[in-house]
Parts: sequence; structure tokens; C-alpha cells
Amino acid sequence: MPSDSAALGTAAEQAQAALANVEARPGVPKPDPIMVADHVRRSFGGLTAVDVEHVEIQRGAITALIGPNGAGKTTFFNLITGFDNADEGKWSFNDRQVSGMAPYKLARIGMVRTFQLTKALSRMTVMDNMRLGAKGQTGERFFAAIFPFLWNSQEKSIAQHATGLLERFNLHEKVGDFAGSLSGGQRKLLEMARALMADPELIMLDEPMAGVNPALKQSLLGHIKTMREEGTTVLFVEHDMDMVHDISDWVIVMAQGSVIAEGPPDAVMKDKAVIDAYLGAHHDSQLTETGESLTDSSNGDAR
Amino acid sequence: MDWSFVLTQTLTQAIGIQAIIYCLAAIGLNVQFGYTGLLNFGQVAFVAAGSYAVGVIVLTFDLSLWLAILVGIVVATIIALLLGIPTLRLRADYLAIVTIAFSELVRLTVRSIAFKDVLGGAQGLNGKIGQDFHNTNPLPADFQSLPVLSWTRQDLWVVIVGWILVALFTLLVWLLVRSPWGRIVRGIREDENAVVSLGKNVFAYKLQALILGGIIGAFGGIVWAVAKQSVQPDTFRPEFTFFAYTILLLGGAARVFGPIVGAILFWIVLAGTGEFLGQAIQAGWIDFLQPTDVGNIRFVLMGSGLIALMVFRPQGIFGDRRELALDAK
Repeated sequence: MPSDSAALGTAAEQAQAALANVEARPGVPKPDPIMVADHVRRSFGGLTAVDVEHVEIQRGAITALIGPNGAGKTTFFNLITGFDNADEGKWSFNDRQVSGMAPYKLARIGMVRTFQLTKALSRMTVMDNMRLGAKGQTGERFFAAIFPFLWNSQEKSIAQHATGLLERFNLHEKVGDFAGSLSGGQRKLLEMARALMADPELIMLDEPMAGVNPALKQSLLGHIKTMREEGTTVLFVEHDMDMVHDISDWVIVMAQGSVIAEGPPDAVMKDKAVIDAYLGAHHDSQLTETGESLTDSSNGDAR
Repeated sequence: MDWSFVLTQTLTQAIGIQAIIYCLAAIGLNVQFGYTGLLNFGQVAFVAAGSYAVGVIVLTFDLSLWLAILVGIVVATIIALLLGIPTLRLRADYLAIVTIAFSELVRLTVRSIAFKDVLGGAQGLNGKIGQDFHNTNPLPADFQSLPVLSWTRQDLWVVIVGWILVALFTLLVWLLVRSPWGRIVRGIREDENAVVSLGKNVFAYKLQALILGGIIGAFGGIVWAVAKQSVQPDTFRPEFTFFAYTILLLGGAARVFGPIVGAILFWIVLAGTGEFLGQAIQAGWIDFLQPTDVGNIRFVLMGSGLIALMVFRPQGIFGDRRELALDAK
């Protein structure tokens, strides 16, 4: 793709153009990274769950973080979002050192995450879930909360913003329902919409497709693409390579705690190290009577 | 069998000073447990803090009651910080363990002989603790008694101001929980990591809820000391906290009026069964019980009632069963 037309194209084209000349190898520098992580390590007892040498996330692109069970994807997510403490390592967001920062502060500066096990707040309405996402609310301060006239107008504009997002995510008919009464897929949608209420620059989705039916998967993919069009950088964890192939501009592959491959989806799918990590090194050979070719991918999810 | 005595006594206690004290403690718990999900099993420590603060300031240091009330608020805040800062970053159970231990620690400390000069030891503090308050009594000096409710002039004034306090704190809680602040604490009750991920300082909100609930509880203690003109260390046993929880669950947790209705109901059952059994034994209707058994039997009945409540109406009087039916995660 010629780079001059890319400047005029959609966010997808721009992102792909920016990454077109980036070499496909682990830890490769990106032209405009929103996030850079160095030497991030976390071990649980004797098990090193994460040991990432260097990784950069391109601004404005959809980056997928994939890998087999137990590769350390979610742990890496937890580390860089502050929900878990790294043994060592440094990482920066928008050129600002953020390692060791409290998770709520990270969310405030624009790094918002979702969770693998959806955290819809069950006994609160869909609208209250959404409103909770909005940043800088006056009425969240204890003494201001007592005087509704201080925050009523802000509350209205938040509700308006939330209604817009709920319409986009097809949840507007559920506004008054308890979040606990939504289906699993709808909760995923709600969690994503709620994260957008916080106006993230980088949204980090932990397995957004887990437990979602195929029809809803398509619409979720659409929503993720829309986020990119609106200028939000997306980093998401996923198992499923086919799904990743459809939407991501760049794929980072983790296995046994480290980044083993990086590149555009097509290149990564053909990478021998990736295929080996997913299927085991002997996946093409004949099944033996002992079944040893099946054993490599069976380790548990280390979180 | 004197039915009118049973009824008037029950009614007097149902909306009397004890009901107000427990109601205030339960309002505090409602903020902490009902809305924020903090398991504070040491609410009695805050009540004791309120009582002892006014007792010590007025009797031991001979200062004004109004200053003493301020000191009570400050002491409750300090206790909340002391309990909350180390535990609120940890899982919910840690606060529960620490608070229940702390409340016993408080009781055993204040009744110990070592601080007898200041805190009065096992005898507690006795004297004109509430004099500054009783001097403001606007009721006529020749006041005898209300028609049905058997309060003295002094008690009636405490009851009036007590219920005004209950109303004010209920209003405060109502304003808070319908605000964005309340939304955050309810979110914390549901799943604090979700709230953290949206950029809210969950720790600070939990601490605020613990402090507010503690201060409301301390007001229960202040009312107690002022009404009884004495502070007794052994009234601050862990049962107090569990009765306050009973009241909260009876009315319905996370409901603004839950603690009020719960407290009245609790005392109707407790006082009603007590007075009824007492009268029935006197009248010879029941011959297998002694008058001294009544105090214990009524708690047996109360416990049975609580079990029945959990089975048939687990959401309490005001609660919404559909909310309980939702899975909590």
C-alpha cells in the first residue's frame, strides 16, 4: 500500500500503512508507540508466568495478543494495568513512566481495561453501570454528593452520552434493567460500552469473545473496529486465531510467558514458532500410540 | 393478665431510647455493609467510642457536652482510619476479623483497672453526663407523662431529639446513595475491581463509608450516655453489633428506611415477648418458666424469628427479592 494514499484513508488503512514496513520479529520498534514495555517479569513461586523482554503497541491500531492457554497473556495484562505487581520491569504510556502506578490512576490517564470474566455490576441498572464509567464527576466527591444541584446538569450530559453508546451497542432497550438480568453476550457489550464511557486512549479487552455466540461475535468485531475508527487504540487478548485474523492490524504472540512472534496477521499465522506453540512441534507427524504429539498445548492457564 | 400493660410497655420500648440507639448503629452499618459491602463486625466499638468520649470529656475533664460530641466524632474517625487503612486494601474478610477483635479489645481496655482514673474501670462512668443537653429541655417543668407512652420528661426529650437525629442521618444517607458517590460505593459492593478499572479510587471510598458509618454509630453511643447519664463497659459486648445486623437485615439491607423499621420491629418482638411472658408467668398461664428465664427466652424467640426471616423473606421487609435472585458476580 503506498503511503501517500494512507494519510487520506480510514483508520484501518492508516494503521496498516504505518505498520507495513515494520519488521515482523519479537520486540520490534513501532513508528508511533502508545505503550512501551521493557523487561516485564512476574513469577509465581517457581513458575515464571511473564517474562517479556520488549514490546511496543502502535497507536491507533488494533493489536491482538494471542497465545495458547498459560502463555501469560492475562497476567501480562494485569501487570501493565496495575492489577498485579510485576517483580521487575518498566513500562510507559504516552511516553510517561507508569510502572507501579495504581490501577485507578492508569484508568484516569486513559488506559482502560475489561476483564476475562465479565464484571457487569449485577444489582445496578444498565444506566448506572454506564454512568459509573464517566470521568471527573463532581457528585463523586463526598460533600458535593449531598447537594444534587451541584451535579445534576453533569449527570444529565453523562446520561445523554451513555444513551448514545447504549444505542450503538444495541442495549438501549435495557437501560432500566439490572445488569445481572442481561445475557452473557450483552454483559460483554455493556462492559465494553462502560469502558468507553471513561474515554480511553488505549482500551484493553481481555478475551472479549469468550463465551459469546457467533452472531454476537460479528457485532462485537464491528464494535472493536468502530473504536479504531474513533481513534482509540485497541489491545485485546484472544485465543482464537481466525477471529484475530479478521480485525487486527498487528498480532503479538506469547507462549510460556515471552513474546515469541510479532507481525501482521497473515505473516504470524504462517510463522513456524507460532504453529508449534499452538499445536506442538510434532503436529504434522503421525499420531503415535503413546499420543505424545498432543501433550504440548495441554498446560493450564497460569493467571 | 394485664394486656394493656403489655401493649403500652411494648410500644414505649419499640420507639424508645434503646430503639433509637440500635437504629443509629444500624444506619451506620447500612452505609458500611448494606451499600458498600464492608463487613464491619465491630460497630459496637464505634458506639462505645461515642459513649466514652462524652463520658470522659464531661465527667473526667469537666468540659462541655457539645465539645464532647465533637470529640466523639473525631474519635470515631480515628478508629475508622485505624481499622480501615491496614485492611481495606485486602480482601473483605480481613476487615471483618479485625473489627470484631478490635471491638472486644476496646471493651476490655476501657474496663481494665489500669485506666480506672480516666475511664472508670468496670463500674464505668456515672454522673451528670447529659446535663448540658437536659438543660435545653423545652418541655414544661410540671410535665407528668404522655397518655400511653411511659417516659419521664427527661426521657421524652431524649426520644424527640433521638428520632430527629435518626431522621437527619437517614436523610443524609438517602442523599448520598442516590448521588454519583452512592453509585460508586454500590459498585464497590458488587465488584471493586470493575470500579477500579473505571478510574475510581476504591480505597478512598471504602474509607469514607467506614468513617461515615462509624460516626453515625458513635452518635448512638452519645445518645446512650446522655440518656442514661452513665457509661457501662459491659454493655458494649459483641452481641450489640449482631443485634444491629439483625435490625439491618430485618428491615432490608441497602434500603434507606430499613434500619428504622428494623429497629422498631426488633424492639416490638423483644419487648413484646418479654412483657407477655412476664405477665403470663405472673398470671399462672405458664408454670414451667421462672420470671428470670424470660430475658433469655425472648432471645431464643428472636433467633427463631431471624431464621424464619432468612427462609421466607431473605431480602428483609423492604428488600426486593429479584435483586437477591440475580447472581452476585
